[in-house]
Amino acid sequence: MTLRTPPLAERHEESGARFTDFGGWEMPVAFDSIREEHAAVRETVGRFDVSHMGQVTVSGPDAAQLTQRLTTNDVTALDPGEAQYSAITDADGVILDDTVVYRLPERETEDYLFVPNAGHDVQMTDRWESHREAWGLTATVTDRTEEYAMLAVQGPDARALLAAESDVALADLSRFEIAGGTVAGVEALVARTGYTGEQGFEVLCPWDAAETVWTALDCQPCGLGARDTLRLEMGFLLSGQDFHPEENPRTPYAAGIGWTVELDTEFVGRDALEGVDEEGVDEKLVGLELVERGVPRHGYEVTTPDGDHLGTVTSGTMSPTLGTPIALAYLPTAYAAPDRSVRVVVRGEPKKARTRATPFLDR
Amino acid sequence: MSFDVPADCRYRESHEWVRTTDGIARVGITDFAQDELGDVVFVELPAVGDELATGDDFGIVESIKAVSDIYAPVGGTVTAVNERLRDEPELVNEDPFGEGWLLELDLADGAELEDLLSPADYRDQIE
Repeated sequence: MTLRTPPLAERHEESGARFTDFGGWEMPVAFDSIREEHAAVRETVGRFDVSHMGQVTVSGPDAAQLTQRLTTNDVTALDPGEAQYSAITDADGVILDDTVVYRLPERETEDYLFVPNAGHDVQMTDRWESHREAWGLTATVTDRTEEYAMLAVQGPDARALLAAESDVALADLSRFEIAGGTVAGVEALVARTGYTGEQGFEVLCPWDAAETVWTALDCQPCGLGARDTLRLEMGFLLSGQDFHPEENPRTPYAAGIGWTVELDTEFVGRDALEGVDEEGVDEKLVGLELVERGVPRHGYEVTTPDGDHLGTVTSGTMSPTLGTPIALAYLPTAYAAPDRSVRVVVRGEPKKARTRATPFLDR
Repeated sequence: MSFDVPADCRYRESHEWVRTTDGIARVGITDFAQDELGDVVFVELPAVGDELATGDDFGIVESIKAVSDIYAPVGGTVTAVNERLRDEPELVNEDPFGEGWLLELDLADGAELEDLLSPADYRDQIE
């Protein structure tokens, strides 16, 4: 299968990046070292090419209603220029994807934009279109993933860096707000969103202007490796790993994003989730910190100190900021409280670990 | 990209190096190997006194993104392991042929060194 490539692929190759296949995209995993890139974002600023993230716009008279009925959060609560984190669930309340829904500023021609995970854009566009037909709604759904690049600057110095290149009043832009303007002279949308836990911005610009914007936002380039360690320190979910509709079907409540479920709205999966909300969940996504040396990884077993099976690690790494091994795993709810003693089986060796509240990093 | 391939070492195809001084063989992973792995965050090594046969997997070098077994390029008894790597695994990245060495062996059979790759042959393999 031919991999999709971001608009800056050649530029990344010239700068010596290593690449990986992620969601059907050939994306840079590291430019320099994951440790350096991670530290840049925590301490100063780093830039990411996140053009592999999907971009689907929805407009027309029923755009809000269509999106409301396909996402768990309350789309009608959004004013122009506001965004919300949300989940997309099936009729059983199982997470198909997690996303950010933006209500675009009024000057834009489209009304809403949502950002599916890498490789999910076609499937989600189909989902919006097929439900639009089934429900007899009037809305235009456009997959513009390969027309618009998405670049991110993240870190304590992100605002100053971007402000020097943009006419958007960044100081007035609150978290989860989006505004139109220019960046490096290019017409763009600037959102105060990101997936690192730091103050940061995401810039959406036409595909063929990506290089101009990327060049102007000159700072440490960061790949998917640092993106993964940064998001895991915050306890943020990774699609396909921390949830997967077939291999690891989970509800938003089990995955720790129950706060994105607005049961006062009507959406696919609402009734199932209302039942889950009333009955509670058997298992929850729990943070773990290894007390002994070792690196927890996806698929490693979690047991009691006596060796009884409890669950499986969905994401794990050596935290570059904390210097300790951290992980996420679905465990019985009794283990959701911090400081429960468990074991993570690292290549056959049970290593001492304890449960921890997430985020691992106080931000 | 150009990798360091010191002339005073012999090499295994699986990217370990061995350098002998007075019958003691010091073993590590190559510059190429550490670059492929990326940031090393954990190294697991055998105990002093362990007997290794040629080709035994004797430990693990783990980076943020990958886990890699390491193999004995020659057989022998472990006489020392690099204890600094417990707290400073990044030495494997910073100085793979120096401070980032892994262990030392009392060689079982010095002739085994002849079966390893020369620096020129190893360079051919990685380039």
